[in-house]
Amino acid sequence: MSHLSEIPKELADALDTFNGTTSRRDFLKSSGLFVLSFSGTGLLDTPGPDSGEASGAPENGTAAPYPEPDFRLLDSWLVVHEDSTATFYVGKTDGGQGTGTAFRQMMCDELDIAFVKSTLVMGRTDMTVDQGGSGGSDAIERDGWAVRRVAAEARRVLLEMASGRLGVPMDELAVSDGLISIPRDPSRTVTYGELVGGRRFDVMLTGSNVNATTGVASVKPVQDLKIVGQSLPRYDIPGKVDGSLEWAVDVRLPDMVHARNVRPPVAGAKRISIDESSVRDLSGFIRVVSRGNYVAVVCEREEQAIEAASRLEVQWEKPATKSFPSSEDLFDYLRNATPMSPARGRGSRTATREQGNTEQAMAAAATVVEAEYDFPFQGHTAIGPAHGLADPSDGQMTIYTNDMKPYSLRTGVAEFLDMPPEQVRVIWMDGPQLYGRTAADDAGFEAAFLAKEIGRPVRVQWMRHEETAWDTKGPAFAFTLRGGLDDEGNLIALDYRARVADYAHVGYNQPDTVLIAQLMGIRPSRPASGGASAPAEMYAIPNRRQETSVVRFPRAFETPLRTGNLRDPGGPQVTFASESFIDEMAVAANADPVEFRLRLLRASSEEDRVFMRARSIAVVEAAAEAYDWDTRPSGKAVGSDRILTGRGVAYAYRARTAIAEIAEVEVDRETGRVWVKRMVCAHDCGLVINPDGLRSTIQGNLLHGLSRALYEEVQFDTEMVTSVDWRTHPTLRHVDAPETIDIVIVNGDPEPDRPDLPPYGAGEPSHRPVAAAVANAIYDATGVRLRRAPFRAERVLAALEAAGVEGT
Amino acid sequence: MSDVTLDVNGETHTLDVDSSTPLLYVLRNDLGLRGPRFGCGLSQCGACTVLVDGVARRSCTLPVSRVDGEITTLEGLSGDGELHPVQQAWIDDQVPQCGYCQNGQILTAKALLDRNPNPTDEEIRQGMNGVLCRCMTYYRIQAAVRHAADAMAADASGSGPAREEVIR
Repeated sequence: MSHLSEIPKELADALDTFNGTTSRRDFLKSSGLFVLSFSGTGLLDTPGPDSGEASGAPENGTAAPYPEPDFRLLDSWLVVHEDSTATFYVGKTDGGQGTGTAFRQMMCDELDIAFVKSTLVMGRTDMTVDQGGSGGSDAIERDGWAVRRVAAEARRVLLEMASGRLGVPMDELAVSDGLISIPRDPSRTVTYGELVGGRRFDVMLTGSNVNATTGVASVKPVQDLKIVGQSLPRYDIPGKVDGSLEWAVDVRLPDMVHARNVRPPVAGAKRISIDESSVRDLSGFIRVVSRGNYVAVVCEREEQAIEAASRLEVQWEKPATKSFPSSEDLFDYLRNATPMSPARGRGSRTATREQGNTEQAMAAAATVVEAEYDFPFQGHTAIGPAHGLADPSDGQMTIYTNDMKPYSLRTGVAEFLDMPPEQVRVIWMDGPQLYGRTAADDAGFEAAFLAKEIGRPVRVQWMRHEETAWDTKGPAFAFTLRGGLDDEGNLIALDYRARVADYAHVGYNQPDTVLIAQLMGIRPSRPASGGASAPAEMYAIPNRRQETSVVRFPRAFETPLRTGNLRDPGGPQVTFASESFIDEMAVAANADPVEFRLRLLRASSEEDRVFMRARSIAVVEAAAEAYDWDTRPSGKAVGSDRILTGRGVAYAYRARTAIAEIAEVEVDRETGRVWVKRMVCAHDCGLVINPDGLRSTIQGNLLHGLSRALYEEVQFDTEMVTSVDWRTHPTLRHVDAPETIDIVIVNGDPEPDRPDLPPYGAGEPSHRPVAAAVANAIYDATGVRLRRAPFRAERVLAALEAAGVEGT
Repeated sequence: MSDVTLDVNGETHTLDVDSSTPLLYVLRNDLGLRGPRFGCGLSQCGACTVLVDGVARRSCTLPVSRVDGEITTLEGLSGDGELHPVQQAWIDDQVPQCGYCQNGQILTAKALLDRNPNPTDEEIRQGMNGVLCRCMTYYRIQAAVRHAADAMAADASGSGPAREEVIR
């Protein structure tokens, strides 16, 4: 049995007895290890690049103001301690996909120290350089380069120091795990700690922006990497399993109070009056805070705030007009509405792209197929509702949050509260996984506003009904596709048209679009136009047209149907339509769906700089091989069994990552329940930093994709979202998990004479093809094409009944 | 407000709180525990799970006045630096992603294996079904429950440390 976590027991014991009277910095210095996030107040003293430990600069490295660390200083990125351990500082966050472990692996490899001798600080605006936090699956693909280069530069500087100290040219030195030696004279060595331990490097870096940060040194070639490529266990898991890790929800500060929001009962309702006497006598009541339509109650204790928020009597006036169509009428509305704004190129009149002549080719086609697909609004619906804790002590503002973008939260709050950014800092800590622009942004602003009003630290957490109803949504889409086959079954024309309900799109931490600002009446000069990208595949189709239009609802502000980035924004929706339709074309061509796709991929030899065509072919072939694909047209004969089985394939790429997936389904023709029994994913994201971490991330993507394909749908009437909990916005459960998931890591370029591929993003791409693969498998099993997600049992059963396939 | 006495992780606490207060807030805000978390306040998701006399209960809707047994939270599952086999399996299988729900997953698995030391795969799926995970780590959770059951069986049969020593 192992210890409770990777923290050595003697250190853990010491930490338990540590009560703040000793200098944490001295304590940690003597221990030679940095252990982060074990207490809220302790966090404030975690040694940083600008702290006294490394710099001799301000003794209290955490005193305000809180300027941004300078990315051009090597000391902003890493500190080497006297015992040759190192602390890395990375301006990203880890929502649970292991990017923190991956950063440590990459940086340890370049610095040449063992993984266990490193620790990592992430996402603290006063201690880590602004790398933007998380998003876009870019942690490894983009930010990995900067951190590798700075670690390589630190190694180079250390070797230079050793060369001077030992009087030996740099090229005659060797280094292993922080020990520099002279191979021809093994008696003489010097450690990293002896060279720079506890002191600053004082080395300047170059680069026009943080992503371009570099020193003089080059990163190691792939074949010299030893820690990269290993499935090292994630450092954050032990503390998540034994309850010891402190999360943003756990921070408790002296004099802290609790707040809960009181939301308008319907979208666009105007607050008329508040009867404070309805809660004034409740124990622990402190204050009702309101401005415009934003209302919150602040109490001494959390359960008191919950009680007071539920009992506060507020008079609201409903808007005179409907805010949006109901979820029942949504897709008719999208198809019939006049688009208000083109999806691409704001102000441009068209969002159409065309190659060849689609209409002419369609007219000449032997077979034309047309189909419509619908994908609903879906929520982020974090397992832990949005939360934030803000501390206004000393006229500053410190926000504890799990927001994946702490840097824009800082600047956004500073602008919102009219404070200099230097007086605001954001401390990211672990929290429920976010998958994009969630209400964590909104809660951080609310906590800061309330803390400033109350003058005490305020912790706010949304209730489940708020989280489900008011969190930003992934937008609904209505698609119309037409395809033309020639008389040999070749796809010669493809017309793709999408309508997306993305007009009330909100960005990250914008002081004029966060919910509290909108409820206060603050508005951007105009709503964001939103938009969506077109299908991402490498099919060679000579004539194709793609058009995406944004549809506006009557209500663009203060709306629970505001949209925001949700994991692989637009990807699952667009790929559901495009890859379902490719399957329909394969059926029309009487072709096997894998063969049909490979033929489209091989119909051109044109290649791009990341070899996406070759890699697309490779993942489709790898998925089919791993599944042991039975080559035949889909839509097999429906027998007399109650459980119908089938398999479906879908392929796409996202940025520079290629994915092909195969779903095997069981459809219960009596109940309509769909169970995805097996999933295969062939995945090419180039160089893999941590294979098990990648597999875990892909598994999460696949099952989250299943949840969106099978269950998730936001429901609403014309004045309010009616999905308010896990019953009205259901999610995948244990019984729905596949029996088998096979992941094939198609690692890098399949052509051996090409150079190794760098790492590409993996946090979202494999999420994208899931719904299409499942729909295609349902068609294979039942002969029934489901063109509207999600495939809930009642909808599947209705489709089976309409086709006469239900029952046995 | 009134005095409420709770036995939590082997210690007795007397607290001056309203008797209708859900147990969750007392554990988190008065006793400083981090394992049980607020997820829905509706007994729908399981993030707030605690064991009461070994039975998995939802602390978000359980008033402190109605607690009728010894409470074990995630923090109380291990003893003397030794992890419970379920926790060890969670680490070995690298189960959590964000980890917010894993308190409920681990405690529910522990209670499940206490009731049924050798569950079938279907019994694991059904037994765990009420605990939601939005990172969708179900696949790894189910494998880890199986591995924990195997480890506990091996311990009980003497091929490992005695089960009592491990679990305390």
